[in-house]
Amino acid sequence: MSEPQRTAPVSVVLGAIGSLRQAIIPALAIGFSGIGGSGRVLVAIGVGIVAAVIGTAISYIGWRRLTYTIGETDIRVESGILSRAARSVPYERIQDVSLEAKPLPRLFGLVSVKFETGAGGGEDLALQYLTKAEGERLRQLVRERREDETAATTAAATGADSATPERSDASEGEVLYAMGPGRLVNFGLFEFSLAVFAVLGGLLQYVDNVSDIDIWNVDLWRSWLEEQGSFVASLGPYAQAAGVVAGLFGLVIIGMASGIIRTFLRDWGFTLTRSARGFRRQRGLLTRTDVVMPAHRVQGIVIGTGLVRYRFGWHGMSFVSLAQDDKNESHVVAPFATMDEIAPIVRAAGFHLPGDGLNWQRASKRQITDEAIGSALIFVVGAVAAAIYAPFGVALIPVGLAVMVVGANLYAWKFRRHALDDTQIFATTGMMSPTSRIATRLKLHSVEIAQGPLARWRGYATVNLGLAGGTFAIPGVPLEDARKLRASVIETIAATDYSRLDAPLEEPIDQAFSDDQSGLSVNLRAT
Amino acid sequence: MDQSPAFAPADQSLDDGDLTKLHPNYAHALRVQTALMATPFLVASLVLEGIMREKALLPPGVIAGTVLLIAIALIIRIPSRRYGARGYQISADRLRVVRGLLFRYDTVVPFSRVQHIDVNQGPLERFFGIATLTLHTAGNHNSSVALPGLGEPLAREMRETIRAHIRRDSL
Repeated sequence: MSEPQRTAPVSVVLGAIGSLRQAIIPALAIGFSGIGGSGRVLVAIGVGIVAAVIGTAISYIGWRRLTYTIGETDIRVESGILSRAARSVPYERIQDVSLEAKPLPRLFGLVSVKFETGAGGGEDLALQYLTKAEGERLRQLVRERREDETAATTAAATGADSATPERSDASEGEVLYAMGPGRLVNFGLFEFSLAVFAVLGGLLQYVDNVSDIDIWNVDLWRSWLEEQGSFVASLGPYAQAAGVVAGLFGLVIIGMASGIIRTFLRDWGFTLTRSARGFRRQRGLLTRTDVVMPAHRVQGIVIGTGLVRYRFGWHGMSFVSLAQDDKNESHVVAPFATMDEIAPIVRAAGFHLPGDGLNWQRASKRQITDEAIGSALIFVVGAVAAAIYAPFGVALIPVGLAVMVVGANLYAWKFRRHALDDTQIFATTGMMSPTSRIATRLKLHSVEIAQGPLARWRGYATVNLGLAGGTFAIPGVPLEDARKLRASVIETIAATDYSRLDAPLEEPIDQAFSDDQSGLSVNLRAT
Repeated sequence: MDQSPAFAPADQSLDDGDLTKLHPNYAHALRVQTALMATPFLVASLVLEGIMREKALLPPGVIAGTVLLIAIALIIRIPSRRYGARGYQISADRLRVVRGLLFRYDTVVPFSRVQHIDVNQGPLERFFGIATLTLHTAGNHNSSVALPGLGEPLAREMRETIRAHIRRDSL
């Protein structure tokens, strides 16, 4: 049982066939090329045979050197011809065992067995080619072990999980957030976009290609401009100013209209509902999407906003989870909402917003100073160059830009802060408007303190937290604070094992919440 | 076990605990690695030297000599500094890995978040009897944390310790 075993011997044949397949194309190439003159067919056959022999030998040695051990507590695989790799996967971490049979191995009755764990970066344990019976046996074995060990802890949770879906399918669930047309128009105004001009540029190119009008002919435009210019010049200063204003006004109208159209296409009928199965989001005018996210899969929350919309009190909120939303790493659950609307969604996901009594830690002032100097440096260099080589006055432009950049960086310090409470960690970053991240301390996987040369000299660090499905970095934390932060977060993490994260997690949260918000624990229990 | 856990005095300005030094052979392995990396540059400089000699623009040995001097300096200096910058600290429920000369990274992985564990040995590492211990976690950042330069028996022992902890936790 716990002796090292080898995979099915036929794997050697499969490996050899694989190498032969790779040798066919070079062999054919030699066969049809001029190399070797009349004897080229022999050369081609020779290359094929050598490739087959080497491939078989490597495949055989590789097979001899690959062993797996079904141990008491883990599955181990040792492999490697020149280098040695040994991987140990504890049963507690195996989420599922998948059997895959490709056509060729299937002929031999073989399967490749994959032990899936929650590891980030797609790293898993796979055994190439076991007999089907052995694969089934392994799957059975892993399932039994897992059931034995987790039966006690997860019985209640899985029982509840399997009972609820039918009920939830029948009931619609509570609507947490929805956007009507009015809100969409409002949202669209802030999605101001001049992308339409890029589209127009593309269209012009197209016109250029299919018609005789030469868009890039400078003379054509110059003559048109001169015509218009003489017309404009004849109008007098007030009319000219009015023209400029009208032009800008038109630009703004176009930008807003395209923003509204885009928003309507993407977010028409946006509804977020909370049911027993989790969160469900529906949106879209032409392509309607319907996404379901189980609540316990939500690893963290990101609340962002924009430069202008922040001043009007609008925020957007996303869930971080292992699943991906199109190309984004997190799911937008409320793209345009007030904090009052966001708060219930945060609570429904089992999180809470930072309270009033929270002890916020500011970012290191040295870090913001360094960043301001660093980003202004290029403009200062430009200013010096301009002062030397360009006519007087030109140097003022980069100087002005440098001052602006420094000002923006110093203003950004306002948003750089983080805080810890009993169950969660909060961090805010951003330049002109804040982006907040909330994560459960328990659901973090590692803590790293990273320092570049400058940061070491000036005594601050970036704290990188291992969050499943997303990133959580807190820049510019004074080194002492970073150490304290790490110590207390690791203390929380180490206390609870990964395999217990999902099921019994609700209990401690329940308790933590019931002190101040008793309504929420009822909500959680109902899920 | 050929490596006794010798506790070196901690670098006071950087650490909040005593770091355990890696196996001394790790420095040798790094040195060999640096030497292998320097070889192509040396060969290239010799070729360049050969071309230059025909044109007689520079006194002989200027290019190859400079490259050789830099290579020797790197081979002597960098591996021992990198060795000195690395260290680890293993406690009851977590592993701390410190690395980096210029950019310094100080990572803590609690055993309760380890998904699976690798012990890897490349050809060079096998020659020096050392191994790399890699812990895989579910987080996107630091999805695998590697600790190279452990004595091979120690790496295996650490794997057993961590695995035992995972089991104890989930029971």
